[in-house]
Amino acid sequence: MDRRFTAPNEDDIRFLEDICGEKDVISSGPLMDDYARDEMPWVKGYPDVVVLPETAEEVSAILKHASARRIPVTTRGSGTGLCGGAVPTAGGIVLCTTKMNRILEIDEVNFTATVEAGVLLTTIHQAVEARGFLYAPDPGEKTATIGGNIATNAGGMRAIKYGVTRDNIRGLQVVLSTGEILDLGGKHAKNSTGYSLMNAFIGSEGTLGVVTRAVLKLLPLPKHTISLLVPFGSLRDAIRAVPKVMGTGILPQSIEFAEQGVIFAAENYLGKKFPHRSAPAYLLIRLDGNSREEVTSAMEHVGNACLEAGAEDVLIADTPERQSAVWDARGAFLAAIKSGGEVDECDVVVPRDRIADLVEYSKEVAEKVGVRIESFGHAGDGNLHIYVIRDSMPEDEWEEKLARAMDLLYERGRELGGMVSGEHGIGVAKRPYMEKSLSDVEIALMARLKSVFDPAGILNPGKVVRFPE
Amino acid sequence: MNIVVLMKQVPGTSTVGVDPKSGTLRREGVPAKTNPYDLHALEAALALKERLGGTVTVLSMGPPQAEAVIREAYSMGADRGILLTDRAFAGADTLATAFTLSQALKTMEFDLIIAGMQSTDGDTAQVGPGVAEFLDIPHVSYVKEIHGSSGLHACYGSVSGEETGLPVGGDGSAKIKVTADLGDVLVTQEVSLPALITVTKDTNQPRLPSFRLRKAVSDRPVEIMRAGDMPASSETYYGLAGSATRVERIFPPERTVVREIWEGEPRELAARLAAVLREVAVR
Repeated sequence: MDRRFTAPNEDDIRFLEDICGEKDVISSGPLMDDYARDEMPWVKGYPDVVVLPETAEEVSAILKHASARRIPVTTRGSGTGLCGGAVPTAGGIVLCTTKMNRILEIDEVNFTATVEAGVLLTTIHQAVEARGFLYAPDPGEKTATIGGNIATNAGGMRAIKYGVTRDNIRGLQVVLSTGEILDLGGKHAKNSTGYSLMNAFIGSEGTLGVVTRAVLKLLPLPKHTISLLVPFGSLRDAIRAVPKVMGTGILPQSIEFAEQGVIFAAENYLGKKFPHRSAPAYLLIRLDGNSREEVTSAMEHVGNACLEAGAEDVLIADTPERQSAVWDARGAFLAAIKSGGEVDECDVVVPRDRIADLVEYSKEVAEKVGVRIESFGHAGDGNLHIYVIRDSMPEDEWEEKLARAMDLLYERGRELGGMVSGEHGIGVAKRPYMEKSLSDVEIALMARLKSVFDPAGILNPGKVVRFPE
Repeated sequence: MNIVVLMKQVPGTSTVGVDPKSGTLRREGVPAKTNPYDLHALEAALALKERLGGTVTVLSMGPPQAEAVIREAYSMGADRGILLTDRAFAGADTLATAFTLSQALKTMEFDLIIAGMQSTDGDTAQVGPGVAEFLDIPHVSYVKEIHGSSGLHACYGSVSGEETGLPVGGDGSAKIKVTADLGDVLVTQEVSLPALITVTKDTNQPRLPSFRLRKAVSDRPVEIMRAGDMPASSETYYGLAGSATRVERIFPPERTVVREIWEGEPRELAARLAAVLREVAVR
């Protein structure tokens, strides 16, 4: 363990057991493996002890103790992160939020849902939709906790119309490493009252405090949706059609892009045929509205815009069966690519008119470096998911080629006016690229912000920003 | 190959209410859609046409708004659509429906009739085979694969059986080879054309309606046939009068969800779980 920290001893473990009860403290056995990793395969780190608190008061007591004892604390939800953010690389305590899993209130007057940090995204969607509401963020990983979504400022497929997690949070309850419990924001829709401390915690990946509760913004659930699968002769043509679609004045819920190779991979993975397979590139567009007439009229406008932009056709998915034939495949892209073995991902975001440049460049990189690369992503908001795939490459060759490919991709992303992470966060895996892409002043401010909120430096050390020297 | 596809409009959701007084389905205000199985039938027909030429005609029976099914089929590539609609057809059970469809088919030329294996509202799977019986042609239900639909295929009409080099029936007609999924067994058989088959969802992945085609065919008419256009003209053959069955009561199936939460040691829980799984017949 880093010499600035202390490894928890038996007394510390007993202290945690006194707070949370023996069965919610784990310090040995096969379960420890689960807490040593997230969905990013090469970042590993074992905790000394895992604790599963059920209240903010318990979290407060844990953090106060850990600060005093200088024990690192890594907060974790369901561990679906893709950058090693929830992996306890410095050892110490993993504070797992999954027992704080209650939906406390759905407020039908203020259009808010108050939930604990460990509630799964899928649980939230089901609960609010049953009451006629929409919680808009729609990241692909539905078994993530809301706390994890807040920690990474997760985005998802509806960002183009409804924004990302940050745009849909009204309030947070946060526990500082010094033990204070803060209630930031609330159920109100506006707030110009001083600095937005709440927003500092969103996207901070557990480095500034521990989120224990959130007030989510709800919208009326759109009653009708229709999806369009739009085949194009090339990815460039598909990307060029996006501004024409937006120019209709209709804001789609989602505009996704995919190339044929990824679609074939999803077909193989699901054992299910995609409704169209002959085109090199596709846009997937979802429109929503409150009446059938509204979405049909939107479809006419968007459909014509796509044809004018050179689409081969515009295919209409207007029933649950048809929508799932299209979106089940989209939902399986990541799993399909990962099913072939080890991959690493570049989650860059660029201005949306530069997507085709970057995807085409990724093909050059694949050739130059000698590695397989596949990509898909959000054409509406410029966020790409570019996967470098190991296949059967030996370890040292893979490491060398992966590093070269990633360097080239991030560098080009930066040149195109992009950012290192669109929605997955920095964690430990993307920190070197973030340091290259942001100014020294920005990085230094982030480090100072970290030391203000977490003076002992125990919260998720080494993530997002470096250990203070 | 001239193919007729039987298609039907069904309620668009699975949560249609039942009127407790009349015992009938509450269809008002419920959005309608094409029976999902019929889309697989249409896809099978379109795929055969793409390989062998010919025409695809859609035949439906229902109230005037069922025209939407045919319009949708046009935007997927069907050439011609006929809607059987008449007050005299109302209240038909599966027997009267099959008879009515077969009467319309007697006025048409076809090599093959394809239907979905069943509808999602009635779930009887009787109408397709019933039509074949009234037409006195062979039929195969629950077809999951049409062999040769990805290559050259036996048929007659537009292409003769002899020309394809595939087996020719005793009467000189062509045959088609299909595999039917009967639950426990798969049966692969040849059947002489003209014939009727009903298809399962495993047959194919239906194409999506095309916005381009939808615009192109917006003024193509849907042909209407009424009771007076049928060869057998007596009204007693149709609708409620021609039905052998009466609906006494319709009620939603009872749904029971039992949820238990067990706590205990993993070893003990695993044994308990295995016992329950054995009980509910995982063998």
